This record gives sequence, structure tokens and C-alpha cells, in this order.
Amino acid sequence: MQKKWEEMSPDEKQEAQFQKLLTPKDPEGNDLQFQSPEAEAAYKTSINRFKDAIQLKESDRVPVTVFPGWFPVLYSGMTPQEVMYDYDKCAAAFKKFVLDFKPDVQWGGVMPGPGKFFEILDYKLYAWPGHGVNPDSGYQCLEGEYMQPHEYDLLISDPSFFFRNFYLPRVFGALEGFTMLPPLTGILEMYGVALNFIPYGLPPVQNTFKALFEAGAEALKWVTVMGGVDGELATLGFPNILGGFTKAPFDTIGDTLRGTKGIIMDMYRRPDKLHQALQTITPLMIGMGLGAAQQTGNPVIFMPLHKGADGFMSDEQFKTFYWPTLRAVILALIEGGCIPFIAAEGGYNSRLEVIRDIPKGKTIWMFDQTDMVKAKEIVGDTLCLWGNMPSTMLKIGSPEEVKDYAKKLIDTAGKGGGFIMANGAFFDHAKPENVKAMVDFTKEYGVYK
Amino acid sequence: MSGELAKLLSDLKEPEALEFVEKALGEGVDPMQLLGDAKEGMNIVGERFASQDYFIPDLVFSGEILKGIVNMLKPHLKKGAEPERIGKIVIGTVAGDIHDIGKDLVVFMLDVNGFEALDLGIDVPVEKFVDAIKASGSTVVGLSGFLTLAFDSMKDTIDAIKDAGLRDQVKIMIGGGQINDEVKSYVGADAYGRDAVEAVKLAQGWIGG
Repeated sequence: MQKKWEEMSPDEKQEAQFQKLLTPKDPEGNDLQFQSPEAEAAYKTSINRFKDAIQLKESDRVPVTVFPGWFPVLYSGMTPQEVMYDYDKCAAAFKKFVLDFKPDVQWGGVMPGPGKFFEILDYKLYAWPGHGVNPDSGYQCLEGEYMQPHEYDLLISDPSFFFRNFYLPRVFGALEGFTMLPPLTGILEMYGVALNFIPYGLPPVQNTFKALFEAGAEALKWVTVMGGVDGELATLGFPNILGGFTKAPFDTIGDTLRGTKGIIMDMYRRPDKLHQALQTITPLMIGMGLGAAQQTGNPVIFMPLHKGADGFMSDEQFKTFYWPTLRAVILALIEGGCIPFIAAEGGYNSRLEVIRDIPKGKTIWMFDQTDMVKAKEIVGDTLCLWGNMPSTMLKIGSPEEVKDYAKKLIDTAGKGGGFIMANGAFFDHAKPENVKAMVDFTKEYGVYK
Repeated sequence: MSGELAKLLSDLKEPEALEFVEKALGEGVDPMQLLGDAKEGMNIVGERFASQDYFIPDLVFSGEILKGIVNMLKPHLKKGAEPERIGKIVIGTVAGDIHDIGKDLVVFMLDVNGFEALDLGIDVPVEKFVDAIKASGSTVVGLSGFLTLAFDSMKDTIDAIKDAGLRDQVKIMIGGGQINDEVKSYVGADAYGRDAVEAVKLAQGWIGG
């Protein structure tokens, strides 16, 4: 008899998740109909190849994929603005990209996001094409202090209330009405219960809810199109490898709440509050990852790391402020059967000894400017290495240079398994022949003998 | 007493440094001397950054302490007491890119080291760089960019500087997350600096100071 989810060990949970990935369903819940036996074989081989790499075993060959930023859009001759407002075009661009380059796995076309949705909510945290950047540029973050230093206690005591009543109205103009809402935890008994609901009768709050309904409808429209192309690519043999997203607690506070400068000040002026807030955020980030994996049935949880890079903070600061809560998120995700897929943007050369302290064969680390030979030596027996074809080489180099670099990666990082060939950082602009060279060469040279 | 403020600032002791300045001003210490001491402290910060004892948080925080000190000194400084600047540097984030954290650090460090940094901001059109070089007579230009699209924007900017007949007049340095020596060759810049302290060294090498 099959064990209940809560009775399973982390290993059993992970295995159950992989089995789910290997037996994909269509939106009606029936077995997915592949377009050919070859497509079905390719789909399953790719999943198994990834599983082997994650579990640090040699597979038939080195898995290869491409995790781009806006490259599929530009490659298809479209602008970021076009695909943010025309979801069919977006789907077409990502489909063309996958079919032309044939990476083992893909990550869908949700990256550009729905432009109209952002307009409805008047999103202020980002500039996007036509709203602060030109049609040819992708969206870019507008950092600010969206949480003031004196608001730490509010965040710590009730993060959801802080997010709803303070943070969200600051980054979404249309959510201004949220500032008028009382805490949900005040709804307790007959006496006075109706008082809690008065704000919902006021025009600003009602306008906010109208905007939410409209935004929700738009998001649904968008995700239906993106889900459609994802399903189609699966039937053609290209599995989507991403099951969800979460963040390092330090980045959650530093990227979106306090901003880079704000969190730096806090490291000196109010380190205790920062530590407390990191502790508050940690279970929320864990829940976000576990919840996403349950919802999508896919255990791979993407975690882009921003402020932990070794050029940014010192090793001491990393060990004090960044790593403890990141590690707690990683461990809890593993405990829940997930595979944290951590994108270590920038360099992590001086951090390798520190990040070693996690269970073996349970995580993927996308390395950008980290020395892969050194990484293999220090963390190769612990984590699956992903990367690190440089963006500069894909954009400026030649196919021959790309192949030389790929060969070195396969010979060193790829030795004995535990390595996935891919780009090291998200890129928008590249020579298509270079991207092709990376994929094709790996498929040919990366075969394990 | 000289040197103590430099030590407090370079050790990132914010309350102590501000207290020291307040007390010193009360005792009639020459504010210009205090400003000099603070700058000496920033030099030490720069050295520690270059030797990788300090990192970006330390650099940014030292800047905040300095700002606090300068604000306290300002009312006591005579007008026109600002020391002469050693050279003008035109700097900005190139067209299409709005990232500013790295660029702002470079501007700050150039300023602290006595240069006049003419900050054109973010998403700077090619012509604006050309016009700024012409108007200021700058001999050094700094181009910043984080995205892969910045490679071509940098190249376009440098080509426009060339077309305007200004290329021989200026040295051009570039920097940003994915920038390296290959990008330097691709865009036709003179140098790539990996951080704000390297940018200062490059400027000093070209202008002096």
C-alpha cells in the first residue's frame, strides 16, 4: 500500500515527485498523450537525466538546457513590449525557441508576464516596456525603500498585515484601498463583528477589489495561453522543469522591502531587527516553495540569489546575515521533498566551503561567475552544478569558443555526473549560432562512456 | 587629535564619529581640518575595499557616515572653500538600461577622491554622452551597464563619440555585472574596472590625482 505523503521520508517524497513528473497529466487529469513514441521517450529520458544529475550520478550523457531571459523573444524577431501585451505571440516565441534549440528541458514562457495586468494594478516596483523603459528593453526593477526602517516591528509582528496594508499599496497604485482594511484577526465574535466589514463598503476599497477582479481575470487569460504552450511542448518531448519559486529571506527584505541601500544601513544600524525580520520571513519563504510544489506537482523550486555574491558582501557578513536563513529554507524544502534550484548570481567562489553544509544530492546550483573547476572540487560531492556558459561568450564569442568552453566544462565539472550544461546568467542578447553550439556540442561530446 | 576621526570613520563607527565632529566643532577645531580627516578616513576605506577587507555594504555605509559628517560641517565651512577638483568625468548607465547601484558607487568614490563626476543618470541616450563631453571638455568617460543589451548600447555610444571626432580626446572605462575584458574589446573601450575602487585607479592613471 502506498504511504501517505506525511508519512514519507524526504527521499520518498522526492521519488514520488519524480514519478509524478514521469507520468504527466493533461489539464483534465488524464495521462498526457504524446505526439509520438519518440517524444514520450525524449520526455522521460530528459527527466531521468536530470534526476541522475541532481542525485550526482552519471547518466547517459550530460544534460543540457538554456535558461534565457528575453532571448527567445528577440530571437523570434519580437520586442519585449509585443509579447507582454500579446500572449499568443509570447507563446509562439517560447515555442519557437524550444523547438529550434531543443534543450533537454525548458521553463515555459511566463517570464515576460502580462503587461495589461501590471497596468490594471499600476505596478510601481518595475519599469516595463512603454512604462519607463523602451519597447526593446525588458522590465527592470525600480528599487526603493518600500518599507521604512521604523516599520520592522510591524513586519515582524504581522507580516501579512504589513504586506497588505503597507507594502502592497506602495507598489501597486490600484491597491490603495487596502490601507483602509482592519486586520483579519480582529474578526472574533458577534459583538462588533460587523464593524470589521465597514471599510468594504467604502468606494476606495471597492475600487481596489474591482481592480483585483479585473487583474485576476487578466492573469487567468495569460496563464491559460502559457499553460497551453507548456502542455504542447510536453507532448513534443520537452518537459518544463520549474515547479515554483521562492527566495532567500535576506533578498526578500533587501530586494523589495528595504532596497539595497536600506538593508545595508540596517546591517549596521539595526542588526537585531534585521535578524528578527529574517527569522519572521523564513517560514514564509519555506511555505511559498512547498506550496508551489504541491500545486504544480513539480518539486524543483527556483531560488534566484541576489545579494549574497562574493563581490557584494564579505564572507563574515554572508555567514551572519545571508546564509543561516537561506540554509533553513533549503533544508526545509528538502525535508518536504523539493529540489531547491538555486541561481547563485555573480561569483560564489569564496562561499563554496560555506554552502557545502547541506544534504548531498538534493539541490541544483546555477553558477554564473563561479570557477567551475574549484566548485567541482569543493562542492561537487554535495550539489549538482549548473552552468556556467558566460553571457559575454554567447553574445560576443564564436561557436568555436563556445564549444571549447563547453568541452572544458564537460571534462571538469561534468566528470562522474552531477553537472548540467547551461548558461550561467540570464541573458537577453546572444548569437543564435552560439546557443545552438552549446546545446548540440553537449549532446555530442557530453556522452558518458 | 588629528587622525582620530579618520580612524572612527574608517572603522565604520557612526555614532562615535558624529559625536566626535560635534565635540570638535564645539571646541573650535577648523572644519576644513575635520573635512580633511574625514577624507583621509575614506581613503582608508578605499584601501580596505581594494584589499578585500571591506565589501560593498562597508563602502556604502562609510558613505552614509561621511554624508552625516559633511552635513554637520557645512554650516561652518566658508563659501568657496570647496577644494579644486582634479578633473571632470562624464558617467552614466547606457541606453536601455536603468540599473544604478554600481554606477552610483562609482560616482560617489570618484567624488570622494576629488574628481568632478558629471552623472548623466540612467538609460542615457548616445547623444547625451557626446553633448556632455563637448560641453565639459571631459577627458574620461565611464559607461555602466548590467544587462546584455548594454554591450551594444556601450558600443553605439563609443561609436558616436568616435563619429563626433572626440575619441582621441577621451579615455573610456566600462563596468557592470556581466562586463569583462572581452566586452571591453567588443565595445572599443580603453579599460574595464571591476568595482568602484578600480574606476578611481583608472581615472587617477589617466588624469592624475
